[in-house]
Amino acid sequence: MNKPHLVHLKIRRGGPDQPARYEEFPFEFEDGQSVLDALRWIRGNRDASLAVRFSCINANACKECVMRIDGRTGYACTTPLHPGDMLIEPLPNKRLIRDLVTDTLPPDER
Amino acid sequence: MARYLETDVLIIGAGGAGMYAAIAAATAGGEVLLLDKSVIGRSGATIMAQMTVAAAIGEEEPDDWRFHLNDTIAAGRGLVDEPLARILCQSAPERIWQMEEWGIGWARSGNHITQAHAPGHDRNRCVYVDFLSTGPATSRTLRNQCRRHDNIRRISDLTITDLVVRNGRADGAVGLYLETGEPVTIAAKTTIIATGGLTSLYQRNSASANMGGDGFALGLRAGAALIDMEFVQFFPIGHLAPRLIGMDPIMWDPFRYKLGGRLLNGEMEEFTQNYGTAEDGKYVITRDTATYAIYREVEAGRGSPHGGAWLSFEHISEADLRAAFGPVIDRLADNGIDLTKMPIEVSPIAHYHMGGLRVDQTMATDVANLFAAGEAVGGANGANRLSGNAITEAFVFGELAGRSAAEAAANTSLPDVRDAAGPYLAVIEEAGGRPEPDGGTSPTAAIADLQSILQRDVGPFRTGDGLTGALAAIAELAAELPLMATGGAMAFNQQLADWLALRNMLEVARTIATAALARTESRGAHQREDHPGLDEAWTCNQIIRRDNSESGGGITLSRAAVRRLPGPEGAP
Ligand SMILES: Cc1cc2nc3c(=O)[nH]c(=O)nc-3n(C[C@H](O)[C@H](O)[C@H](O)COP(=O)(O)OP(=O)(O)OC[C@H]3O[C@@H](n4cnc5c(N)ncnc54)[C@H](O)[C@@H]3O)c2cc1C
Ligand code: FES
Repeated sequence: MNKPHLVHLKIRRGGPDQPARYEEFPFEFEDGQSVLDALRWIRGNRDASLAVRFSCINANACKECVMRIDGRTGYACTTPLHPGDMLIEPLPNKRLIRDLVTDTLPPDER
Repeated sequence: MARYLETDVLIIGAGGAGMYAAIAAATAGGEVLLLDKSVIGRSGATIMAQMTVAAAIGEEEPDDWRFHLNDTIAAGRGLVDEPLARILCQSAPERIWQMEEWGIGWARSGNHITQAHAPGHDRNRCVYVDFLSTGPATSRTLRNQCRRHDNIRRISDLTITDLVVRNGRADGAVGLYLETGEPVTIAAKTTIIATGGLTSLYQRNSASANMGGDGFALGLRAGAALIDMEFVQFFPIGHLAPRLIGMDPIMWDPFRYKLGGRLLNGEMEEFTQNYGTAEDGKYVITRDTATYAIYREVEAGRGSPHGGAWLSFEHISEADLRAAFGPVIDRLADNGIDLTKMPIEVSPIAHYHMGGLRVDQTMATDVANLFAAGEAVGGANGANRLSGNAITEAFVFGELAGRSAAEAAANTSLPDVRDAAGPYLAVIEEAGGRPEPDGGTSPTAAIADLQSILQRDVGPFRTGDGLTGALAAIAELAAELPLMATGGAMAFNQQLADWLALRNMLEVARTIATAALARTESRGAHQREDHPGLDEAWTCNQIIRRDNSESGGGITLSRAAVRRLPGPEGAP
């Protein structure tokens, strides 16, 4: 299958007590592939320790994959990849758990 | 998060079935603990369903639950557990009206609830929420109801890894709290497995990440019986490409019903006529023929680029598309899809599991104090499920399991499982203590391997050789499991979560392949290329249990007579 485009994802890694650290992952993709597709590929093929919350993958129903993408808040599963660099970070206004996962649960569900 | 929790009723999995069970158990009195491995009410199949719910409410035209039951039994090709199906169909209207009372907002035309027709139903029976919002509306409604009960404690991000069984009785469970990586022990008077289906065992699926069949493995290890594990429902024209977000992958079904469309192979030629069904732009091909034809074309090197078939609506005008699907056409446009200009690719995808935990008419498994609900339950749909019956099953079996479990809890004293939990906790600790691989693959990558094995050899078309090979490949992965790395101690360790999921997936995959290999006939969703055609001698269920006598814990397969109703229900 033809994967015509290349993106370099710069991903913020680490937990709340660690200094911010950015890691870069190249990913070849075809039109229509999402940021979540790239993050899942990284987990499966490069670094399974990357923490990223998601459930529904395609349906945009669970709303779990919310994060900062190129400085804007969005869903990883609905944000298309674009060639070049992309900056992927956890939500800035929520308590950081690790990597891209922040505390987005309702307080009465823990 | 406390490391030791106590409750009257423990509910594992918070989809439609788990939430309904929680509400029913809480209403009956007693403390309820409702858990999900991801987020309460958001992470399973329920919120993803966009189509319909079947119930004989007779709003659109006169109907009776007996008609619904007859259709369900006919669709199940001789294997429906009739007492369970009867409960499903008879209680369905009550649940639909209760959801209406709770404000779900079923679509209406004029002064009545609209009921659509779906294949296999003898009349307009299926309710829904506009537009394609049945699942989200269901989840929202049940979440809101759960919140109204002070005696329902809800915890997200808690994966149950084993039930704690003492003297043949389920006394609670242990699990992993993902945020901190802490193991958690729960003492419960009664427990309900509401973990949904297993379709993420397959590479091509309509599943969320949490549908690896945990509940079947939990039940099996605890001593419960599984039924009909060979019957996995595939949907023939699931969306394959281009990437499509925010839509139900089975959405092309209503498109084909309304607009026909043309199925084309990689050479852009119609092909279904070569498999016995010429379509002429109408949707007349049956699901099994469509699946078979697409598989064969791909095998012959005539698949679409991503390994499926093309589905084209290019001959239909923009105006006709809009008239039929209004806002959906805009959602497709957001995905860069213009149906007037391009075909899309489709392929058979794993969609629902007919098999599951065997229960009686109170939703009790044969392990004391252990119940099941929703898609985790096997039997009610036999060898093939009618569309719309799955959400109904989540509502009806959820409510019933909740009531039954609360009632049983009222007659049970709270167990102390601090000691008994030890060996189960050791599994998590041992897995978590292996940051570096001793060889072999990572569990995350191994899940992908397992998905390809099942897709190829335990999918919609099976052969004895393929299944035997799959069992060997599954055993090989299982042998590697104890060596796979899990990343070590860290917050939100999904690698460890993947390992725990894989442990269950391997166990469940083995039950599907074992039952499929034994059933030397083709019936409903189980199609054997080397045994075509239905064999009357196989009008029986297959039951799988854990066989603890063998070292390493094997499984045993046996046959059981299909449970029938005493007499014909007949027309009302
Ligand atoms: C895309 C899609 C569309 C569908 N459309 C329809 C339709 O239109 N009509 C219809 O009738 N049916 C439809 N179905 C089927 C139907 O949605 C499901 O059968 C039904 O919702 C199942 O409900 P449930 O509560 O049993 O399971 P789910 O809703 O899947 O919930 C199970 C929950 O258990 C959790 N869980 C799993 N394992 C564990 C564990 N070890 N510990 C803790 N929690 C755990 C999961 O995270 C999940 O939240 C569809 C299914 C899909 C996937
Ligand atoms: S993964 Fe579910 S909304 Fe993005």
